[in-house]
Amino acid sequence: MSREVRLHEVANARSGDKGNRLNIALVCRDPQHYAALAAQVTAERVAQVFAARKPTRVVRYDLPKLAAFNFVLDNVLEGGVNASLGLDGHGKSLSFLLLDMPIIIG
Amino acid sequence: MAARVFIGAGAGFAGDRSDAGGPVADALAAADGLRFLIYETLAERTLALCQLERRKDPARGYSPALERMLTPVLARCLADNIKVIGNFGAANPLAAARRIGAFAKSLGLRAPRIAVIEGDDLSGRLSAAEFAAREVDGTTLAEARDVISANVYLGAGPIAQALDQGADIVVTGRVADSALALGPLLHAFHWRADDWDRLAAGTLAGHLLECGAQVTGGYFADPGYKDVPGLAEVGYPIAEVDDDGSMTITKPAGSGGVVDRLTVTEQLLYEIHDPSAYLAPDVVLDLSAVEVAELGKDRVRVTGARGKPAPDTLKATVCVEGGVLGEAEISYAGPNAAARAQLAAGIIVERLRQRAPALRVHVDAIGATSILGSSERPPDLRAAQSDIRLRFAAQSADSAQVTLLLDEVEALYCAGPAGGAGVRRHLTPRLASASCLIDRRYATPRVTMIGGAA
Repeated sequence: MSREVRLHEVANARSGDKGNRLNIALVCRDPQHYAALAAQVTAERVAQVFAARKPTRVVRYDLPKLAAFNFVLDNVLEGGVNASLGLDGHGKSLSFLLLDMPIIIG
Repeated sequence: MAARVFIGAGAGFAGDRSDAGGPVADALAAADGLRFLIYETLAERTLALCQLERRKDPARGYSPALERMLTPVLARCLADNIKVIGNFGAANPLAAARRIGAFAKSLGLRAPRIAVIEGDDLSGRLSAAEFAAREVDGTTLAEARDVISANVYLGAGPIAQALDQGADIVVTGRVADSALALGPLLHAFHWRADDWDRLAAGTLAGHLLECGAQVTGGYFADPGYKDVPGLAEVGYPIAEVDDDGSMTITKPAGSGGVVDRLTVTEQLLYEIHDPSAYLAPDVVLDLSAVEVAELGKDRVRVTGARGKPAPDTLKATVCVEGGVLGEAEISYAGPNAAARAQLAAGIIVERLRQRAPALRVHVDAIGATSILGSSERPPDLRAAQSDIRLRFAAQSADSAQVTLLLDEVEALYCAGPAGGAGVRRHLTPRLASASCLIDRRYATPRVTMIGGAA
């Protein structure tokens, strides 16, 4: 039976930064959820989640052998760790913004 | 040729724990094979600050972490023939090597043979304008006049050469973090410089190790979802690498933390962009076919790294003056705290608009909007609780403008809303950094040996 959950219930995420570019690795805790995430956690939806930070480009790379995805978001770190006026110039907490996304799993 | 190589990580960044390397060195001492302990301690900012320090005193300019990192391991490593490789040379690897030599002597240890790797420092080799012309993904250098530091990421070759010459300790400045592990593997297995798949595997081993505990349960725990036993005493990682490039990631027996499919997979993709093209000085690493398999408790096998020929250019990091960052905070608590905080934020924005119109003032409400908000979106305190800490930040080349903001926040004590409390203010000099792509001919690695028995 399918149900709606937050990504946090079924997946891990880890943020990394390079300058003003953020990547978020999203890893299925159970590889059986890979197809559901592939269909629903699209680059377009991730761009919507981060709309307040105005990403200029969002790309998703698929890694089926790892049951994982890598999202790369350009220009979302307010200049990055050496320029941001915010507290989290690395974007380390932003993986949890992604994990708040609702998805439907079987 | 070595049957198996053991590479442990003692630190993953400049601010890392200084006691982490001890248990790793102990575990390596018991391992049957060639053993290496690597230290990554060189943030972009660290290197620039070290360059400034070297300008003031030619005997300094190495990582401030050097001594506290080596204290718990140096005797063990020299006694058990565990080679130490670290980028704690920063802006002055030669001075770092001399410091280590003196330190070993003060501990009554044998004189180590120390290799110094230089040639990453590009300051003075290219002008600010020449760097600006090579900048990628930005225009940070466009208006810069003075370059504080400019360092090209060297590869693993000079590290392998130093080990071939019998170094006990290899001190580098800027090298690719992954080269700290690939170097020992080139030394141990004599991999050819165009054996791309093996070079990719060694780069992958370095990538998994270079952030220390991030592969053994650090930057991972999420209680109830991702539980990590013994995180307070998390063990730092060890990679066991074979000549075919396959590797097992593990950690010292009895240490805290966890190594499993999930910790390894998260770190595998950390700071990666296109997983089929992770650029390193010695090879382009393709992660698309990598597989991760749990062999047993805290033992994960990683296979399938593929390599493509090394890129034509090398990456360099260039740091320039970044002005001054000012931050000031004030709290409001109790009934109607949100309305008082909102009023205070409005007062600061209005007064600065009049008095420093060029200054962009960033406002956070800590706990409500400080992390997941955005500069583009003013704080909305309606959802906030009755304990609100406002944070104001601004940056400028003109420190008087930034100081004005801090003064205005402090003045809220008497002239702002009721109950404003706990002002803290800081001015921090900032460094701006940029990445450049540099022709390989500007990288001039050289290895110098000091100390030890000739």
